[in-house]
Formats: sequence, C-alpha cells, structure tokens
Amino acid sequence: MGSQGSSKDFLDLVKAIGEAKSKAEEERIVLAEIELLKKRIMEPDVPRKKMKEYIIRLVYVEMLGHDASFGYIYAVKMTHDDNLLCKKSGYLATTLFLNEDHDLIILIVNTIQKDLKSDNYLVVSAALTAVCKLINEETIPAVLPQVIDLLGHPKEHVRKKAVMALHRFYQRSPSSVSHLLTKFRQILCDKDPSVMSAALCALFDLVSSDVKAFKNLTASFVSILKQVAEHRLPKAYDYHRTPAPFVQIKILKILALLGAGDRHTSENMYSVLLEVLKRCEPGKGEPATNISNAILYECICTITAIVASPKLLGMAAEITSRFLKSDNHNYKYMGIDALGRVIQINPDFAEQHQLAVIDCLEDQDDTLKRKTLDLLYKMTKSTNVEVIVDHMISYMRTLSDAHNKTEIASRIVELAERFAPSNQWFIQTMNQVFELAGDLVPAKVAHDLMRLLAKGAGEDDEEADSLLRSSAVESYLQLLGEPKLPSILLQVVCWVLGEFGTAGGTHSADDIIGKLCDVAEAHPGDTVVKGYAITAITKICAFEIAAGRQVQLLPECRSFMDDLLASHSTDLQQRAYELQVFLGLGPDIVQKVLHVNGSGEEIEIDTDLPFLQEFVDSSLANGARPYVHENERFEMSSGMSSFVSTSRTQQEPSHALRFEAYETPTVHTPSASSSAPPSLLPDFQEKKPESPRSLRNQLAADNSQVDLLGPEITRLRLDGVQKKWGRPSAPSQPPPVTTSNFDQEIERSGNGGSGVSERASSNRESTPAVHVYTEKKKAQPEIPAEKQRLAASLFGGSSGKRDANGVKGSKPAPNRPAAGNSKEKIPSTAQAPAPAPLMDLMDMGGGDLFSAPVAKASYDPFKELEGLLDGPSTAASTSTPAAPQKSSSIDFMSLYDSTPVVSHNTVPSTNDHDFLSLGLTSSSGIEPMNRPEAGLLDLNEFPANSPLAGLAGLEQSSSSSSTSLPERKGPSLQDSLQKDATTRQVGVTPTGANPALFQDLFG
Amino acid sequence: MILASLIMNTQGKPRLTKFYEHLSVERQQEVLRAVYSVLSSRADNLCSFVESDDIFGPDTKLVYKHFATLYFVFVIDNAESELGILDLIQVFVETLDRCFKNVCELDIVHNFNKVHTILDEIVMGGQVVETSSAEVMKAVQDIWKLERVGDLNPANVKGIGHYRNSRS
Repeated sequence: MGSQGSSKDFLDLVKAIGEAKSKAEEERIVLAEIELLKKRIMEPDVPRKKMKEYIIRLVYVEMLGHDASFGYIYAVKMTHDDNLLCKKSGYLATTLFLNEDHDLIILIVNTIQKDLKSDNYLVVSAALTAVCKLINEETIPAVLPQVIDLLGHPKEHVRKKAVMALHRFYQRSPSSVSHLLTKFRQILCDKDPSVMSAALCALFDLVSSDVKAFKNLTASFVSILKQVAEHRLPKAYDYHRTPAPFVQIKILKILALLGAGDRHTSENMYSVLLEVLKRCEPGKGEPATNISNAILYECICTITAIVASPKLLGMAAEITSRFLKSDNHNYKYMGIDALGRVIQINPDFAEQHQLAVIDCLEDQDDTLKRKTLDLLYKMTKSTNVEVIVDHMISYMRTLSDAHNKTEIASRIVELAERFAPSNQWFIQTMNQVFELAGDLVPAKVAHDLMRLLAKGAGEDDEEADSLLRSSAVESYLQLLGEPKLPSILLQVVCWVLGEFGTAGGTHSADDIIGKLCDVAEAHPGDTVVKGYAITAITKICAFEIAAGRQVQLLPECRSFMDDLLASHSTDLQQRAYELQVFLGLGPDIVQKVLHVNGSGEEIEIDTDLPFLQEFVDSSLANGARPYVHENERFEMSSGMSSFVSTSRTQQEPSHALRFEAYETPTVHTPSASSSAPPSLLPDFQEKKPESPRSLRNQLAADNSQVDLLGPEITRLRLDGVQKKWGRPSAPSQPPPVTTSNFDQEIERSGNGGSGVSERASSNRESTPAVHVYTEKKKAQPEIPAEKQRLAASLFGGSSGKRDANGVKGSKPAPNRPAAGNSKEKIPSTAQAPAPAPLMDLMDMGGGDLFSAPVAKASYDPFKELEGLLDGPSTAASTSTPAAPQKSSSIDFMSLYDSTPVVSHNTVPSTNDHDFLSLGLTSSSGIEPMNRPEAGLLDLNEFPANSPLAGLAGLEQSSSSSSTSLPERKGPSLQDSLQKDATTRQVGVTPTGANPALFQDLFG
Repeated sequence: MILASLIMNTQGKPRLTKFYEHLSVERQQEVLRAVYSVLSSRADNLCSFVESDDIFGPDTKLVYKHFATLYFVFVIDNAESELGILDLIQVFVETLDRCFKNVCELDIVHNFNKVHTILDEIVMGGQVVETSSAEVMKAVQDIWKLERVGDLNPANVKGIGHYRNSRS
C-alpha cells in the first residue's frame, strides 16, 4: 500500500529527522516544522485534505516530545467533518492529544453523540474508540444511552466495541454503570463469540471487585470454557490451531478469582480444567506453541489459586517442571513464577527443581534473576537465609538504580532481621547493606544495629558480647579506609567507635579519636555525622578520664572541638560544650556519669516522678491549676497551640514547621532539632497510647507464658530476634518463653545427640563458633560440586529426600543433617551441628526468660501499669500556678509523653542520658517554680535535641514496656533522687558558657 | 489491562506511541527513554518480559519483541497474560505485514496513522478486542477502501459504509 496518504512534505520531514546527526539538529528541524505548521494551520480555508495532513504531522511532532497544543483545537474541529477519513484522523489525533479532563472535550461530546447514532458503522466504531479515551465521569451520562443502544447493533463489530466502551465507563466510574451489571451477564450470551469475549474483559474486572456477586456465573464460565476447549467455536477463532486462546485465558483468570478459598465452587471446575490441560498438551513430536503454553501457565495459576484436587496439583507441578527445564527464557520465567505459586501449596515441590532455580539465579538475564530472587525471598527460612542473602547482596552490587536497590535492601534487612543465625552475621550483613545501599536504608535499621551491639547477645555473657563488639570495631576501622561511605554507615561507625573503640584495649584512645576527627573532617557538610563523631570523642575521653588516665586532646581534635563550639548548629555546640566540660572533670564524677559499657544498661525511670509530689501539693495548695490530662487538653489545643507558638517564636521562627511533624518521625538532624520540641506535640498525640498498650501486651504475654504450647514455640524464637532488631510491631508478640528452651533442649538431645553440656561450652565460644560457621559457608562455592552445595544450602533439609528420590546429587552438604521438614522451622534443631545459631537462640531466649519470673515475683506489673497511666497526670499537676507558665508546661508535658516515639529512633545509650541530664538539671539554679519543668526537661528536651540523647526517652519506654528486662537498677525512686542529687552536685552547666540556650527553652 | 503500546526503533526513536491512560508529553518522553534504556541493555536471547515497577508503578511489566530494527513493546499489568501478549504482538506484526507486504520500519514511519488504525482494532481502551489478524484486516480494509477511492466526497464515503453494512 506504500506511502499513500502522506504527502511529500511529511516524508521530507521524516527523512530529515531520520538523517539528523545530532539531537540538536533534530530539535531544530522539529521546531522549524512546528513554526511552519502553526502558520499553515491558521490560514483560512485550508483544504480538508491538507488539514488532515497537518494534523497527522502534529501528532508526529508530539510523539517526538514537542508541544503541539496550539493545534489541538484543529484536531477537535476535524472530528466534526462529514468525511469519514477526516473524522477518523480527527478522532485519532484528539485521543492522542487530549486527556479526558481537557477543556476541549466539551466540544467533542456533541459530535460523539451524533456519531454514535450514525447509520454508518465505521463512523460509529470510530466514535466508540474515541469514547474510550475521551469521556470522563461527568460526560458519561451524555453518551451512555447511545452506547447501550449500540449493544443491540446488528454488526458484531460495533457490539464488541460498545461492550468495551461500557467496560471503560465502569473503570472510570463504577457507579455510573452500576445499574447495568446485568447487561454484562446478558452479553456473555451474545451469539457472536467475539462480543462474548469482549464481555469477559469487563466481567474480569467486575468479579475481581466483588467475587460473591458472580459466584452463580461459575457454571456459565465453565461451560463456555468447555465449549471453547472442545473446538466448538468456528475455525476463524483458532490461533495457531488453539481455539480462541485469549478467551480461554480470560476465563481461567476469572475462574481463579471465583474458586479462591471456595471448595464447592472449585470442585465444579475440576473437569474443565483437566480438559483444558489435556487439550493443550502438545502432540507427539511437536513442540508446544507459545500460546498453548500461555494457557497451560494460566491453568497453573488457576489451580494454585482455587482449592484444587491433588490430581490437578500434580499436573500443575508437572507443567511447572517442564517450563523450568525449557531452554526458552520466557518459559523459564513463567516456570519460576509458577514454582512460586506451587510451593505455596506444596513447599516440598521446590526440592526437585533446585538446580533449575540455581541456573536461573546465575543466568545473565536480569528479569529472570529478579524473579528468582523473588521466589527465594518467599521461601527463605533460617536454614538458607545466609545463602539467599548472600545472593541478594551480590545482586545488589550489580544494580545502579535507586528504586530496585531500595527494594532489595529492604528485603535483605527484613530477612536478616527475621532469620539471622547469629549476631555476628547480622552485623556483617547490615554493614554490607549500608555500604551498598547507603542512604536508601531507613535510619531505623541503623539504630537497631546499634542497639544490638549495645545490648550484646542479650544475656550475661560478657565475653561473647565483647568479642562481638571488638570484631565490629575492627571491621569498622577497616571500613574507614574506604573512600566513600554513606552518611548512615558513618553514623554507626562513629557510635560504635565511641562506645567500644577503646574497650578491647587494642586501640589507644588517641588512635580512635584521630580516626573520628578524620571522619568529621572528611564530611564537613554532614552535621549528623559530626554530631556522632564529637559525642563519640566525648565518650572516649570520658572513659579515659574515668580510668584515671590523663587526656591530652590531639591538636586536630581540639581544633575540631573549637570549631563546633562556634558552630551554627546548637546541637553540635551543645555536644562540644559537653566534651569541654568533661575534660575538666575528675575521674570520680566522670565515672559516675558516663561509665564504660553503659550503653546497654537500662535506666529505671519513675514515670510518677514521686519526688515532685511535695512540690505539686504545695503548688496546688497555693492555688495552681491542676494538671489537665493531655486528651482533654487536646480539645482546647487550638487556642493553646497558637499561644505556645508565640511564646516560642525565638526557637521556632516559622509557624509552619509544626505541621511537618505529622509525618512519621525520622532521625532528627541537628538543624531541625532546635524546632523539634514543639513539633513533637502532634507525634505524641498520635503515638501516645503506645506505651501503655505495649506494656499491657507484655503483661499479657507474661501471664500466658505457661500456657504456650509446642507449635507456638517455633515462632517464639523469631520473636526473640525481633524484639531486638525487629520492626515496631515486635512488642505485640509474646517474648521467648521458658518452655521453648526446654523443648529445644529436649529436641536437640533427641536429634543430634548433643547434650546440654555442649550448650555451656558453646555459650562461651559463641563468636569463634560463628566465625567457623560462616567460613564454612563461604568456602562452599569453591567445592567442585558447587551447584549442588548451593542447592543443598538453599533448599535445606532436602538432601535426605533428594537421595531418596534419586533425583540429583547424592552428596548431602557436610554441615547439614537430614532434618525432617517438620522441624525445619525450628532453626536450632535443623542446624544442630552448627553451634552458632543454637547459641544465638539461647542468647535470645535466655536473658529474658530467666529474668521474667524474677521480675514478676518482685513486683506487680499491674501496679506499674496503673502507675504509668496515671503517671503523667500526677506528675504534671505540678505545673506552675501562673497561666502563661502553665501553657508552656503543658507543652513540656506533651513532650514528655512523646518521648517513647523518639526512642524508637535513637540509640540506646544510658550514659548519654546521665550526662545530658547533668547538663540540664543544672537549671536548679533557676527559681524553684521552674523546677518541675526542668525535671521534665532532662527527660524530654534532649531526646529531641540530640540523637544520642534519646536515651532518656528510650530508657523510659523500655523500662515501661518491658517489665521483664534483666538489668534493672535498684529501686527507682532512690535512683532518680540520686541522679538528681548528682547532677546538682556537679553543677556543670552549659548555661554559664551559653546562657542563651536555656533562655530559649524557657522562653 | 494494557497500559501502553509502543513501537520504537533500536536507536530509541519512537515510531508509534499509544498510552491508554493519559500521560503528559514530558512524562511520555521520560517513559520512552526509560523503556528504551531497559530494552537496549538486554541481549536478544533473554526473556521477553521486564518488570517495570520503577517506570509504570507496581505490578507492571514490559512485554516486548524485537523485530529487525524495531522493538514492539506492550506495557501490561498483572491482569494480562505475558505469554498471551507475546502472541498479540505476533498478531499485530502479522497484520502489519499483510498490510504493507514485508513490513519494515519505513512503512510504519510513513503510515503511522494507519498503524494506529490497526492497533485500534486490536486493542481498545487498554483491552484486547480482536486477536484474529484476518478480522483486523477486514475492518481496516473497509476504512482504507475509502482512500483508494481517492475521492473524498461525503456521499461516496457514506456509500462504502452502507455497502459493508448491507453485505453482512
């Protein structure tokens, strides 16, 4: 047919663009064309044929990415033309140019209405095509009657398109055609198969939005599918000798929806599914066509979605194997996808195909690799997590786009948190994730990692903990050699070096401080890292002082500190001042305030603040207004908040800042922190109930401990892990339970024959053991039968089975016992020969377990609960008599309550809290009336102000939410009083050096 | 549903673009660039599907076929069958081949309004309406008869529509 219909001008344009040597040249040509078109198109009396050509050229220009909006109106005009070709071109252009909300649409609706009534079916179908794109919710009623009339059109070509248009209306606005749902059912019975198949598209959407309403159509779908499969349709509907494949696929999809979770409905489909499967099987000697494979794949999807019979499942599995074994990448891809579906019903099925899966994993095809990783992600267990995460990490190395990286990083983190076999491994994995994905990883992950390091393995195995920490320190020191590290990793590094850098004794304080200064110097723009670095230096100095050694700051460190003393960021300034203060203190005090290894300790916070009771009483007696509970206060908050904000204009110049805080809290950068206190208010309103709730859960868990039976135990171990590194949901899950320990021990001794004595020894040697373990793993790929090893490690516990099946590889992995499938979920049993995970399990459970009864015995959790709930009100009733002061104190109270929120994001380090409150309570110099606020502040102000200092909040939340925590420090009242006393005694305050700080705080 | 049908050459020049959900011109160009950069980085023997959640949102895939100097790309969500769409591309190309006798890139460039017409017969509003290339040919030829007549007299054109109508 050649190039009929397009003029020479157009051909020249296309040719010129095709020959353009550069992007710029092309641009010039197109712009010239646009200018030309603009001029020509506006000339009066352009002949229609010419006009049609201009419009086509406009479409072409816009396809190349240039704005052709000046010509839209001409395209619209062209749809009014009587000539069908012009009309069609007009419709084509308008559907490409305009979206359904464009202003010009209104000019078209009338034309469309008229055209839908035309007696030329070509005009009608052109209009119907346009309707699909151009009609929006408001204009649907204008054309709906005509479209419905067309459902009875004599030409099936038109009926088909009318159905499609109705379907489109449904997508745009389901309510507009809700009265027509029965129409779709009727269309299903249309005498023409192509119209029926058009109705299937619509019915698929309808069924997926409301399955129940269409259950009664199951029989119809089944019978249609049967007829199609049996070749009852005219030959014209065959495609490559397969009868109406697209109809079959659509119906199979609908059946999958209808049969999901419904045995009765599913049973009605069995015979037709068998029929379809049978008919799609290729004859002897001929390869299956692509389209019959498409139907087979769809059958697998349907079979795995419905409640299928074993026979069907068997066939699905068989086809899946065939796909996986295929050389064609497309079928492999479908096979991996199908495998993912099949193993959700029959997990054992994966074993037979491990080698195929590994092939796909190592394929150079990115799509296939991703799909396979998806599959592995779904089937990760504690037995194969290391191998899978290894693969994910090496895949992540090859990625460059942020989107995929973020996704895979979050998956790795999730798997690592859920299934980590050891702390060591977890830390290493996280380091790699930070290194590769950097700032794409949420800050929470870093905080969880720090918390893990701080708390160690969770029980009193100091040796293991310190090994863990020193290995972390070593790895981080090494890491610092690398040229470019993401900020979040640097934060972790600084924190770890500060906390544990000198603890092992292998590195001198000067070494570490020097490194920290280097870090800060290398990242002059990153205030967060600088903040972490200076605090780390402070800690190291403090440890040195406390150990009685003289601290002589390195010159570069001194200049760094001086720099920060004059910093624009109050946060950095504050930290620098703290360092300065520490340098001037004696060892006794420093030791009290910041003791070595204090980060893992829990601080008991008495939320009742009973030592203030006296003050509250006297204030009340003097006529102060009683504390209004936060909930009630919120109701009148509008007036209040405006007041608060004016009273705080100094810190918070822009009122708008308050509203940003409605988002979930993130790590506060110091620059934001100065405005943080007021902005925390909304957070707190949102999250406040959390702490009582989690406490309650905890209590419930405590009480239910005894009732927990076997099956749940499998889960419990994970909970233990989650509690440490897990997501925020973790507190709602029951803590590890004593019985689990027992069971595991029993199972272990029954399983591997390794007795209880092993536990004792492995306990001590946990970290080396881990080393050996991971090394073994790593060494694996180098063994010749590399793939089989990989398979064995991926599909753990399969080896025995594999042997029995005689499928592949008679060599089971050396370090893997033939563990029964039922036990696989209990990592400890599955991995009996590898001491590390076991150990880990003990660690996880141990500390919390044994301490729980003790804690319970010594104290009534319900009282604590009551105390917590009442706490704020009693405490806050201490607020000041004068009205203005009251409002500010209210704000403080809300801050106070919001601290648990902050704690989620902050690093757990007790000593920070100590020394910060030290700075703060110095406000004792301020008149007594301010005392309560000051007291509150030292708990609350700082979490907002410095990332590390979140401790205050953290401790509070952890002490309230985990009643069974092992280390609790003495009676709380005494403790707080003591702390108060210490701080007053020390009398160190940044106030002297920087009085403005407190002025700001108190307005 | 099908979110978009695209034809582009191996240099990344769009030859035909049709988006079934409206995108702004700028966004269209972005998408085309992204699609091209994905496709051009893939060797020929790899599978014909690319997950494109970074381009078109979650659960979307590109299904593509590479013919000579052209990529035929359909962007689909998970309500379509990947292998099925692959055959749909086959139908589309077969139809083009029938129309243009040994279709090549130039035919598509020069007749891109016709290619649009063919595509409209196969995919309508993001749904597959016709999968038989013979049927598509029949519908398309009805329209093209008009061009052959060469006379744009409305009366004449009307006649053709009616003529078809009465025959059926």
